[in-house]
Amino acid sequence: MSLTTDEVKKIAYLARLGIDESDINAYASDLSNMLDLMTQMGETNTDDIKPMAHPMDQMQRLRPDEATEKNQRENFQAIAPQTEAGLYLVPKVLD
Amino acid sequence: MHNKTITELAKGLRDKEYSSVELTQAYLDRIKKHQDLNCFISVAEDFALEQAKLADSQLASADAGLLTGIPIAQKDIFCTQGVKTTCGSKMLDNFIAPYNATVIEQFNSAGAVMLGKLNMDEFAMGSSNETSFYGAVQNPWDTNTVPGGSSGGSAAAVAARLSPAVTGTDTGGSIRQPAALCGITGLKPTYGRVSRYGMIAFASSLDQGGPMARSAEDAAILMQTMAGFDTKDSTSVNREVPNYSAGLNNSLEGLKIGLPKEFFSEGLNSDIAAAIEAAVNEYKKLGAEVKEVSLPNMKLAIPAYYVIASAECSANLSRYDGVRYGYRCDDPADLNDLYIRSRGEAFGSEVKRRILMGTYALSAGYYDAYYIKAQKVRRLISEDFSKALSEVDVLMGPVSPSTAFGIGEKTNDPIEMYLADIYTIAVNLAGLPAMSLPAGLVDNKPVGLQVIGNYFSEDRLLNIAHKYQQVTDWHQQTPKGFE
Repeated sequence: MSLTTDEVKKIAYLARLGIDESDINAYASDLSNMLDLMTQMGETNTDDIKPMAHPMDQMQRLRPDEATEKNQRENFQAIAPQTEAGLYLVPKVLD
Repeated sequence: MHNKTITELAKGLRDKEYSSVELTQAYLDRIKKHQDLNCFISVAEDFALEQAKLADSQLASADAGLLTGIPIAQKDIFCTQGVKTTCGSKMLDNFIAPYNATVIEQFNSAGAVMLGKLNMDEFAMGSSNETSFYGAVQNPWDTNTVPGGSSGGSAAAVAARLSPAVTGTDTGGSIRQPAALCGITGLKPTYGRVSRYGMIAFASSLDQGGPMARSAEDAAILMQTMAGFDTKDSTSVNREVPNYSAGLNNSLEGLKIGLPKEFFSEGLNSDIAAAIEAAVNEYKKLGAEVKEVSLPNMKLAIPAYYVIASAECSANLSRYDGVRYGYRCDDPADLNDLYIRSRGEAFGSEVKRRILMGTYALSAGYYDAYYIKAQKVRRLISEDFSKALSEVDVLMGPVSPSTAFGIGEKTNDPIEMYLADIYTIAVNLAGLPAMSLPAGLVDNKPVGLQVIGNYFSEDRLLNIAHKYQQVTDWHQQTPKGFE
């Protein structure tokens, strides 16, 4: 199994992850090696096995629908790169 | 002072041989003296001395527990209000958490003093501490070698006596492998035993925090503080916490030890195999019975792990978007450019590799072939452990196939680095507890013995570890220059 540089670019875009043009070949090669490692799993029959998402196979707990946390907007926004009037600022999305 | 156990330090505080401020200052001085090891990302000098002052007043009023006034240090993955939390990444180089992780709250309530935040692989992705944005950590046993990872700063700090004990986290071996490479005692608890709230997520179905210390006795004291149900962690298990120190001296007569034959196959250094065999012989002398068992799907643990861990990491790390906290690139042209460049400029290459791998494994057309397949294999591996642990009480084997390797030796080959975790990874897939104990030296480098138990058997594991440490002194060996 080997990945092309175009495939690496596509995955990087899906992950919104900038990678240097000069590193793309290395990523393609590393990821291809990882995929080779992973194809070893194909040799084992898992037809009737239930996927295991979690070590405890437990259900998510429910809690009463009550407000338990106080509003900490100012604390949270104090560490944001850019805010204004209680809002997070990003580059313009709509014209 | 720095060679004393936590119990001895606590007695010294009570007997007024020294105050917590004096003890804390002594450790801060030692951290400074050995700063070349690069164990700490942040040393919280003022913060620690404030906490120590408070602890001294608690000690004076007799309103104190065993950890009151005892300095410890935290892996820089646990969010700390008021002290920078970086997770070893440029992404969080400017991040001061607006809240404390539950583990931090637990240590604060116990009156412990936090010396600072320990170096680690970036977002805990690594087995050598070399992926840290803050640079590699030196192993005090041989400063040209790595301490292991991802809790490399944690393990090196304990080995160099820069903190009596510390915390670590273990997603695929990140407590046990550095503990082994640095000759200290580490416990990876059962998944769900220690709260993950405020512990920065890497792979949420695998991550688990735990103690790292010089002995099982000290690890038990930390574990008592860390274990417990937390409503803030949706995967925390609501189950009574035993007294981890109470049974440390229980007899091991009749203990059934299983040696998984897959742990002793090709690839294991013969000197390490000999050290593990010698440790198992000590257990025989203590009354244990030994038999061979099998974990037939062990060889699939690494491929399954790297699918599952990468998939979960790609989802978890999508939160770093340059919008709400953390790094933001300069002058983004539009929203996509903001995301792409902020993430591209602030994540290191190993983190990027795993995000790419995970994104691929979860993408349309590949999800069943990789992610679902890996989850099925995960069940097979977990069932192997259930079967083995129905025949014996614990499993024993090596922690790592080699002793500490050279800084830079494996950085060019990610796959070779992944194989360093061959004996630890399966345990995380199953969610079981396991320990690493110092069990020998090969060419003056520590070897770790791994002890794997059934779910929630941390008390028994600590007992098994402690009894070994009563008849051997590997855990008391100190690297030269750090006595």
